[in-house]
Amino acid sequence: MTVRIQTADFDAGAEIAALRRNNPKIGAVASFIGVCRDVNDGGAVTKMTLEHYPGMTEKALEKIVAEAQRRWKVMDVLVVHRVGEFKPTDQIVLVVVAGSHRGEAFAACEFIMDYLKTRAPFWKKEETPQGARWVEARTSDDEAAQRWEPPKSSAA
Amino acid sequence: MKVKVLYFAGLREQLGTASEDLDVSPTTVAGLRAQLMSRGGTWQSALAQGKALRVAVNQEMAQPTTQVKPGDEIAFFPPVTGG
Repeated sequence: MTVRIQTADFDAGAEIAALRRNNPKIGAVASFIGVCRDVNDGGAVTKMTLEHYPGMTEKALEKIVAEAQRRWKVMDVLVVHRVGEFKPTDQIVLVVVAGSHRGEAFAACEFIMDYLKTRAPFWKKEETPQGARWVEARTSDDEAAQRWEPPKSSAA
Repeated sequence: MKVKVLYFAGLREQLGTASEDLDVSPTTVAGLRAQLMSRGGTWQSALAQGKALRVAVNQEMAQPTTQVKPGDEIAFFPPVTGG
């Protein structure tokens, strides 16, 4: 498992190649890249700043990846999350999951992103023509994360 | 007892403070929040009950009932929006 927080951009191809290198047991690699859009909540976005909680962010991501590795028998996971300033089209986050088969790789990759969105301490601030605004958490992100929760026992 | 309190994102901007060292009597997360609110003004409004705020103690998500111990690092912040 590798978790990195950095300001520098990443090269997904190089990261995936490094993860797969010399491991002939890998049969599937699923990856996700989150990108800075030029529009959010109907308004134009010209620039974005991402803040994080150094120390806790790394711990939270490591915990999420460990949980994914517990649920699905994936072989290796890489999470790279950038912080600092972004403009539209810039890459923000990369998740790569390598496993034996596609099913577990897809599922673990989606799980990691859904949990990252709701549990890892990052905050986005957008610059718009009307001024700067902190992005508000979305209930749709909470719902996406809740899909992975075990069903609640009906016993009180 | 001495504790370190951190504030992030919009809350940090509202309060005009990123971190402070405090000397408080033993308490819970909710108790500490109430003490900070008693400063009045922006502190009272930004930390008011009903504001969607998250709290971490020693970099783990905490509940209002979580005990605060000497040397703890307590962070207040809005719901997260990364990814």
